[in-house]
Amino acid sequence: MPMDFKKKSKVNTGIPTSSLPDIVFLLLIFFMVTTVFKEFTGLQVILPSAQQVEKLRGKRDIAHLWADRSENVSIDDRLVTIEQIKDLMYQKRSDPTHPLRAVSMKIDQKVKMKLVSAIQEQLRKADALNIIYNAKPSS
Amino acid sequence: MLTEKKKERVVEIPTSSMADIAFLILIFFIVCSTIDVSKGITLVLPAPGEEKQIREKNITNLLVNDAGLVLLDDQETELYAVKNVIRDKLAENNKLIVSVKTGVNTEYRIYIDVMDQLKQAFVLANLPARISIAEPDK
Repeated sequence: MPMDFKKKSKVNTGIPTSSLPDIVFLLLIFFMVTTVFKEFTGLQVILPSAQQVEKLRGKRDIAHLWADRSENVSIDDRLVTIEQIKDLMYQKRSDPTHPLRAVSMKIDQKVKMKLVSAIQEQLRKADALNIIYNAKPSS
Repeated sequence: MLTEKKKERVVEIPTSSMADIAFLILIFFIVCSTIDVSKGITLVLPAPGEEKQIREKNITNLLVNDAGLVLLDDQETELYAVKNVIRDKLAENNKLIVSVKTGVNTEYRIYIDVMDQLKQAFVLANLPARISIAEPDK
């Protein structure tokens, strides 16, 4: 009779870990597939090229402005008129938690300076002074 | 007996290193993928109503007309020579501010070329870029 008790205590109580990597992979792939990066479609522009290009650090709190050769202006995928830029930028600039850091300007190379300076004038009035003229790096 | 033993051979692909292979592939893709960032020419615009008195000798006027011709201190200059001319000027006077003024119909591409030249000149002279943008005449 005492032998019976001993046999019972030999039950294996470990969790099987051999399939753990598979589970981790499944989770990883699930999150990779479901995450979406915030991307804008923007307008059709051909950027000018420049040699002395700098990178803009970080992706947060940046407004994206497009201006194409038919003088359409869009900010973060919203078509705007020149006069609207000031108010829109001022709103972004005075956001209490995430104030605007910089404006990334994607302007077509054929755009006339009249438009560019009008945009800049609006940005100045909205106190959005840090800008970057996007350009293709050329060596 | 001999034939029976041969039949008992286990023919399986080893799967224990599968996870390692998958990790290697994963790390390879993480390293190779780049998230595109804004690249270009940075500039800080002057605040509205901000006017500074700057001594005449510390200013270089750079004018770009509608055709893309560059006038640097009343002297016509080739666009791609701007870099060297400004660099020489910076070597003489490191307080120099370049004031860029374009025509209303100047193409943005030419403006960027000029800005690129100026940026390069300031980098060559090892100075912070001091570029001022003037309003084009209406």
